Amino acid sequence: MTTQDRQTLNIQLAQMLKGGVIMDVTNVEQAKIAEDAGAVAVMALERVPSDIRKQGGVARMSDPSMIAAIKAAVSIPVMAKARIGHIVEAQILEALKIDYIDESEVLTPADEECHIDKTQFSIPFVCGARNLGEALRRIAEGAAMIRTKGEAGTGNVVEAVRHIRTVNRETRQLQSMPMEEVMSFCKTNGLPYELALKVRALGRLPVVNFAAGGIATPADAALQMLLGCDGVFVGSGIFKSAEPARRAKAIVQSVTHWNEPAKLLEISMGLGEAMPGLEISDIPENERMAARGW
Amino acid sequence: MIGVLDLQGGVVEHLGHLHALGVPARRVRHPQELDGLAGLILPGGESTCLGKLLHQTGLDTAIPAAHARGLRLWGTCAGAILLAKAVEGEKPHLALLDITVHRNAYGSQLDSFTATAEVPPEISPAPVPLVFIRAPVITRTGPGVRVLLAVGDRIAAAADDTGGMLATVFHPELSPSLAFHGWFARLCGLTVPSPEALRGDDAAWSRESWTKLAARPGR
Repeated sequence: MTTQDRQTLNIQLAQMLKGGVIMDVTNVEQAKIAEDAGAVAVMALERVPSDIRKQGGVARMSDPSMIAAIKAAVSIPVMAKARIGHIVEAQILEALKIDYIDESEVLTPADEECHIDKTQFSIPFVCGARNLGEALRRIAEGAAMIRTKGEAGTGNVVEAVRHIRTVNRETRQLQSMPMEEVMSFCKTNGLPYELALKVRALGRLPVVNFAAGGIATPADAALQMLLGCDGVFVGSGIFKSAEPARRAKAIVQSVTHWNEPAKLLEISMGLGEAMPGLEISDIPENERMAARGW
Repeated sequence: MIGVLDLQGGVVEHLGHLHALGVPARRVRHPQELDGLAGLILPGGESTCLGKLLHQTGLDTAIPAAHARGLRLWGTCAGAILLAKAVEGEKPHLALLDITVHRNAYGSQLDSFTATAEVPPEISPAPVPLVFIRAPVITRTGPGVRVLLAVGDRIAAAADDTGGMLATVFHPELSPSLAFHGWFARLCGLTVPSPEALRGDDAAWSRESWTKLAARPGR
């Protein structure tokens, strides 16, 4: 199979995840709760972002035995995180035959200059982005799916909103500007030119884009759908809440019914305490995960 | 009109193919949206997720009721799992089509693949491209269910002609071919180009065709 055919198949798997919720899980029990709630995939990792934030230190790829146990326990796709630029962690995850690798800023970057050349892999990658340039650079490197980053582990949706709004605004700018301005816009904003032309023609990213980072309630998830995301990642938001199973099910429903306020009202009732939230301004600049990635 | 179940998964891809055929189509998320449909497509996605949402929306009883009144059904990939009477190791969902399916029979995403195969001439006189993504396999077909297509020794498509049901474990909506959508529309009694006229691939289709109807930048 050619590299392009493989990338098409990988983009198409993400297409099948549209309208769904991908949940962070740290053990088999949580993975089963996520699957029972209707998650379309699980992200297997040792610590959810809010714990990584609290405990500090270097966050690395999870122990593959833990990922393998989760893979054996559920029938839905399993994703796992490799550090930005950590080619070998990605090779190990590919050898484990999971379904998707997240080259993630939630882990401590292994390379402060280069991301992984994802075209060298058969396995699909999802990567984070804060703006159109970052999204298209990752796609140019071979990412088959994008997630607008948000600020993971905060329970605060403000950064996720900022990032999808930025992608949307830059997409509209790209579409409305005269052709002679496109190259200059690409230069200023770090957009690969050929992909920028594609976005200009399509009016959106050429791959599936999920929201991530700070989503804690069904309303947060529906807001991301309203802003044009194809689906939602929920990290700490579920298993750091008072009643994970109920909240997980409610968030799944909110992504399907995002444009039905009466239904969202019903879904949002009596879910117990959400995860505790953090003000972004209280997080020191050097501890903000979204800023990682280049 | 043909409906596409709009709970999760590859909805816009099917809508795009129906649109390319000139078949009127709409999304179905609530039981009342089944009214007046000749057929319903259950798209690919995650069958565990779709099964739960079917139950929560009441479509798990509304679809069989509408089917009993003549609504024709076509499930692709996860949709085929939803239709199956038996799912190996799991409880079935709608349990309407007398087949047994084995989920993720090929393995993980690394085992997803494409193929080209001959199909019955009433679907297409030319071989059609097939896209298998974490695909299930049909391991048994009951009486009255016709095997439409096998890839290697594995059943990839089956139909209950009298019951008006079709299951494909691959994704015709992810390929340029309109053959299966044309055939389903004809089963639903709608006027579409003949299989001969649909020969070959839809020239307008590209890898990004799905984006035409997918989520747009909001607000």
